[in-house]
Amino acid sequence: MNVADSAPAMNNLLASNADSQRTLYPYVTGTSVVGIKYKDGILLAADMGGSYGSTLRYKTVERLKSVGKHSIIGASGEISDFQEIMRYLDELILYDNMWDDGNSLGPKEVHNYLTRVMYNRRNKFNPLWNSLVLGGVKNGQKHLGTVNMIGVHYEDNHVATGFGNHLARPILRDEWHENLTFEEGVKLLEKCMRVLLYRDRSAVNKLQIARITEDGVAVFPPYSLKTFWNFNAFQNPTVGAEGSW
Amino acid sequence: MDSGDVNAPHSMGTTIIGVTYDGGVVLGADSRTSTGMYVANRASDKITQLTDNVYVCRSGSAADSQIVSDYVRYFLHQHTIQLGQPSTVKVAANLVRLLSYNNKNMLQTGLIVGGWDKYEGGKIYGIPLGGTVLELPFTIGGSGSSYLYGFFDQAWKEGMTREEAEQLVVKAVSLAIARDGASGGVVRTVTINKDGVTRKFYPGDTLPLWHEEMEPQNSLLDTLSAASPEPMVS
Repeated sequence: MNVADSAPAMNNLLASNADSQRTLYPYVTGTSVVGIKYKDGILLAADMGGSYGSTLRYKTVERLKSVGKHSIIGASGEISDFQEIMRYLDELILYDNMWDDGNSLGPKEVHNYLTRVMYNRRNKFNPLWNSLVLGGVKNGQKHLGTVNMIGVHYEDNHVATGFGNHLARPILRDEWHENLTFEEGVKLLEKCMRVLLYRDRSAVNKLQIARITEDGVAVFPPYSLKTFWNFNAFQNPTVGAEGSW
Repeated sequence: MDSGDVNAPHSMGTTIIGVTYDGGVVLGADSRTSTGMYVANRASDKITQLTDNVYVCRSGSAADSQIVSDYVRYFLHQHTIQLGQPSTVKVAANLVRLLSYNNKNMLQTGLIVGGWDKYEGGKIYGIPLGGTVLELPFTIGGSGSSYLYGFFDQAWKEGMTREEAEQLVVKAVSLAIARDGASGGVVRTVTINKDGVTRKFYPGDTLPLWHEEMEPQNSLLDTLSAASPEPMVS
């Protein structure tokens, strides 16, 4: 069952065989995704920005999506490639359901599938320009992993993509612990997202949080974070050193 | 000195806009096609029909956008015959996506698909470089759009009437033309709703004047006799 190529006839009309043999560059990109394990499952956070180079072009792009009943995915990088990955995943889940055998793909399997897709594309020098976070719960087992455009993949109690690696993970290393409550988890993610908002030029102030537990998926509605600028040190920072910053 | 490379690819510098309103969509565009510094066509029509009820605004490479819309028109025509009823806007947008995404290495065209169908009403889909598809209440594209982000942040509101939406689009394209060298000419709009499609044409003299722009006149001679005859001397 060739999952990724269901319309070969149309493909020749719609895509040329030549010129797919090279690494491209991204156009519309999403920035960091942050994910943590907590007591009841997994929490993912990502803002809703789609940048076009340095322009913050789209501000309501959903970068967190559910995958079947047991997984959620968050994507950074080229949005068109993420949309294509979602098509692959939807097809994967569809075929899985069509077996109608009482089994369903868990997050470990979905993560593995994604890893194979990303790595094989990388080997053909035609990557899907994304860094993905895949989390889920099945039969009480929590799973949280990441995979990127070159096929690097790993699992951990907390993961992040892009700038999140540099800004969020240190916070998580310090403050994450086993058995975080939902409220603690959300507050921790918000702390990470606020730092990203301050320090990542491609961040926008509209984010979504997604949760997955044994009971199912919830992608919460978008909202904005308060930011804090009223510090004494910010009032007159160049007094005594005119021209500095 | 660059003498205007006539062999440079035709590019529609362009300003294109797609806006939804209560009952349909308004698509708008400028009319300048340039080859390097030369304006190859000053009255282009960048709003192209895909079906009776779906149109597309084209930007970027003129050749690429034309060939993509030709293929999509061809596929949609067959789809309509097979389906037995007008195609939905979503299907048109997805066909554009397939071409844009699968040929992303070779194509350089940003498109705005807009139309009306009986299931979803008026819809706008933005399909920038790379082949991302985003269904949006409004979207802007082309080189001239850089000058319109701030304008739309301030002027856009949900639930406009048809007239408000058309006026907004005309004003916006006109503002972009004022500042973008790659956009110019006339403003064209296409409004699509349940009653059908209406094309409108706004020549330069019907558009408002912006900062540092002057009311056009036939000749210096017209003003010389009327006002003070002494020219400015410093």
